[in-house]
Amino acid sequence: MKQRLVVIGAGMASGRMLEHIFEAGGDFDVTLFNAEPRGNYNRLMLSPVLSGEKSYDEIVTHDADWYTSHGVDCRFGESVVKIDRENRVVYSAQGGVRYDALVIATGSAPFIIPVPGKDLPGVCTYRDLEDTNAMIAASRPGAKAVVIGGGLLGLEAAAGMAARGADVTVIHLMGHLMERQLDPAAGYLLQKDLEARGIRVHCKGATKAILGNTRVEAVLLEDGTVYPADLVCMAVGIRPEVRLANDAHLDVGRGITVNDQLRTSDPAIFALGECVEHDQQLFGLVAPLYDQAKVLAATLLGQEAAFKPVQTATKLKVTGVDLFSAGDFAEGPGREDIVFRDPGRGVYKRLILEGDQLIGAVMYGDTADGSWFFDLIKQKKDVSDLRDTLIFGPAFAEGASANPLAAVAALPPEAEICGCNGVCKGRIVQAIEGGATTLDLVRAQTKASASCGTCTGLVEQVMALTLGDGFTAIANPPMCKCTDHTHEDVRRLIKSMGLKSIPAVMQELGWKTVGGCASCRPALNYYLISDWPTEYVDDRQSRFVNERNHANIQKDGTYSVVPRMWGGVTSPAELRAIADAAEKYSVPMVKVTGGQRIDLLGVRKEDLPAIWSDLNAAGMVSGHAYAKGLRTVKTCVGSEFCRFGTQDSTGLGIRLEKLLWGSWTPAKVKLAVSGCPRNCAEATCKDIGVVCVDSGYEISVAGAAGMDVKETEFLYKATTEDEVMEVIAAFVQLYRENARYLHRIYKWVAKVGLDWCRAQVEDPVNRHALHDRFMQSQSVYQADPWAEHATTPADWAPVADLTLRAAE
Amino acid sequence: MNGFIDIAALDDIPRQGARVVKTPQGCIAIFRTADDQVFAIDDRCPHKAGPLSEGIVHGTSVTCPLHAMVFDLATGLSVGADEGAVRRYAVRVEAGRVLLDAEFLLRRSAA
Ligand code: SRM
Ligand SMILES: Cc1cc2nc3c(=O)[nH]c(=O)nc-3n(C[C@H](O)[C@H](O)[C@H](O)COP(=O)(O)OP(=O)(O)OC[C@H]3O[C@@H](n4cnc5c(N)ncnc54)[C@H](O)[C@@H]3O)c2cc1C
Ligand code: SF4
Ligand code: FES
Repeated sequence: MKQRLVVIGAGMASGRMLEHIFEAGGDFDVTLFNAEPRGNYNRLMLSPVLSGEKSYDEIVTHDADWYTSHGVDCRFGESVVKIDRENRVVYSAQGGVRYDALVIATGSAPFIIPVPGKDLPGVCTYRDLEDTNAMIAASRPGAKAVVIGGGLLGLEAAAGMAARGADVTVIHLMGHLMERQLDPAAGYLLQKDLEARGIRVHCKGATKAILGNTRVEAVLLEDGTVYPADLVCMAVGIRPEVRLANDAHLDVGRGITVNDQLRTSDPAIFALGECVEHDQQLFGLVAPLYDQAKVLAATLLGQEAAFKPVQTATKLKVTGVDLFSAGDFAEGPGREDIVFRDPGRGVYKRLILEGDQLIGAVMYGDTADGSWFFDLIKQKKDVSDLRDTLIFGPAFAEGASANPLAAVAALPPEAEICGCNGVCKGRIVQAIEGGATTLDLVRAQTKASASCGTCTGLVEQVMALTLGDGFTAIANPPMCKCTDHTHEDVRRLIKSMGLKSIPAVMQELGWKTVGGCASCRPALNYYLISDWPTEYVDDRQSRFVNERNHANIQKDGTYSVVPRMWGGVTSPAELRAIADAAEKYSVPMVKVTGGQRIDLLGVRKEDLPAIWSDLNAAGMVSGHAYAKGLRTVKTCVGSEFCRFGTQDSTGLGIRLEKLLWGSWTPAKVKLAVSGCPRNCAEATCKDIGVVCVDSGYEISVAGAAGMDVKETEFLYKATTEDEVMEVIAAFVQLYRENARYLHRIYKWVAKVGLDWCRAQVEDPVNRHALHDRFMQSQSVYQADPWAEHATTPADWAPVADLTLRAAE
Repeated sequence: MNGFIDIAALDDIPRQGARVVKTPQGCIAIFRTADDQVFAIDDRCPHKAGPLSEGIVHGTSVTCPLHAMVFDLATGLSVGADEGAVRRYAVRVEAGRVLLDAEFLLRRSAA
């Protein structure tokens, strides 16, 4: 008698299994249940159906004829509700069916985040044809759709609805899209491509509630943002559909536990697909499920077979977006990265090597070599011989030579070197042979590397090849080993290319490392703050410890606390508050600084919020004694008390400090205002100094008294305090916009020339514009950091204390 | 035996940053990278005891805040010209919680 095989779920995995069984001539009486009112179709292809590139009929894999010809008893639209293991019967609402062998292939169920409003009409998931049709119906041009979840499924849903004209917003909890498959750089490129299609992307967005009365109207995020929505698609993940198995008391972990033969804890019951857990692993892509189908078919036919999970590779099925990720791309012990970026073409490639093996690959923009890399990963091939040129793909790697210069030498004359200006190698060689022996001359004559500059290295290699020993590379060193660009070039390109985040700079300017280094990150963070004060969000983790913790770190890991003392003037109340704080927090040393204020030295990190909250309560704010920013404005007593004073130097100093405090600058900025040429405030060795005279105020700049000692040089003579304020704000802004990071004013002025600076601030239109830009930045940055940080003291203490536990 | 102890939520640690766990043998720095990998090493630079938890985290390395030695978080070894190493501890993330292998504490107290 024929064996009775019952299958629960007509999905991708069980469909493939039945094909194998019938192809091998297996003789079973098959009953196939499916909760969906239809047979098997290619679930992966729902996305092209959603976007309108395919119809449902085109993605059906098994039609009615197929089932009939194989004698399958189809129970479509009929959910199985119970398995009776003792009597070997499965039940649906319509009754029971006996089995000799049972296959559970119930796939998985979309995860619904438990927020208010999740059950409103207009909220869907993305799993089956019903979901797809709901999205198609809602995607009229102009309709508003919100997709929660920026992973593979969410983005395919978003792109599909956008292709139909809907106005789509993607809300993603993590810092970048598809964080499980992509690193931040590739995530950035993907976001850029999607935004270019009109899809709004909101990363780091946590959904708080779905709003609406009788159906969805909007989505509310934790940060208060509200996005209007006619439809909300939740695509935040899946969990294996294990309810039947649980009720039947089969072994279930996260999925239904199966062995290498796909057998569950009941020998007559098998399971495959997304509902299973094998060797503690779950599955969410079809490739391993097809292997399971082959193994289970063999098992049911009485043959030997064992399932071994294979590496999987991911591609996003959005037309025009090329993305590939495979293997393991997390960083880890002994792992090395090879990174290649071609900003002109929006290409990013990263290979991850462990020892002699390639273990992972992430690619964006150009994925042509994806399968070749994937193959190397799966074969665990020794790639040490190919290493230097591996990233260029099979075309290069299979050639014998592994020298990067040789790679350039091998390029044909028509190979494009400069993508921006379309300059080929032959043209560059021609120019060099015609006498262009420096990079500048090559740039001038061919425009190669004159735009985004990322091909500078290549152009130099062509020059080295053509000129031989006659060539030396450019003198101005690159910013750090992460890039070939100089600070100046990076600043210029941030502005001209409109780059507004650290990942954007790293991608567009071809950074060679994954996350930069301790030298370039603070510089980039500063450049972005300075150039886009209202758009860029300060990245605290890219700041040096002192600026991150708003205090100077000491040699023993404690910190110093320096409250601002405007113009060096204090009051009994302030002194009392400082004294109280010093006693309360057992400050080991209280010292008067060279900057006319008081330093509390040796404060423990976890006490910083409390001591600052006490000082804040007494009206004091951070003195930024740690900052690449305004430090102090020293003053002398001036005309208010001194018999020689010509102007109110103390009052002007206080006004200047109140104008400038809180601003970030390339390096520290110190000012002083003296009431007469006797210069008791030492104004002539500061970054900016004001010396008062009878007829007004002499502003001089570019002094120093640290590692170099230098007298200031005259910049401008003002007649009123207001004029002083405007000129100094404008000059500081000029410095902020143009200097390279860590260059004090005197170093920067030596480079650009004092005459140029003077011309900029003397011109009234220019001066006003600089002043306005400074004030715009101050509207964001002139805030006491401790007003915010003092409210979260827990962030400053250890996260856990195990000293007690050990004593147990 | 299983010596892993729950010490914090993953989100208590800023990406590209670190938090500190106090132990009788000194502080341990728990780092979180941009892509949510977590590492634990002694919070004490072998050079002059700089608190590594306060360094800038880039990729899977950290630069000491005091004199800029760079350490690979995964191996605990210094990168570049300076030689040195810091002790590592096993740490893992489960269901959004950070678990630290605290067996070193038990060993110590048993001794
Ligand atoms: C506290 C103070 C010394 C004091 O006890 O008086 C001080 C302390 C430090 N100075 Fe200073 N400087 C202090 C006034 C000065 C002065 C005098 C002045 O401002 O009138 C100078 C010379 C003037 C100048 O800057 O041109 C000065 C020139 C320097 C330099 C050399 C800068 C240069 O460009 O050449 C450094 C090194 C640096 O910034 O890279 C430095 C760096 C430092 C650092 C921050 C070193 C560090 O990075 O850890 C010291 C912090 C000690 C600590 O553990 O907290 N300090 N430092 C003074 C704080 C003034 C304030 O109230 O903010
Ligand atoms: C839109 C979309 C795009 C995708 N794109 C890709 C891709 O590009 N690449 C890739 O590798 N993977 C992709 N996937 C994932 C892939 O589709 C799944 O891994 C695969 O379909 C899982 O197969 P399965 O047989 O385990 O489950 P399914 O195909 O989900 O089949 C399970 C079936 O069981 C039925 N069922 C559940 N419970 C019962 C019950 N109690 N009684 C009766 N029937 C029941 C369900 O209705 C369903 O029809 C995509 C998924 C979606 C939704
Ligand atoms: S001169 Fe400045 S940097 Fe040098 S030890 Fe004194 S405080 Fe520190
Ligand atoms: S203490 Fe770490 S480098 Fe000096």
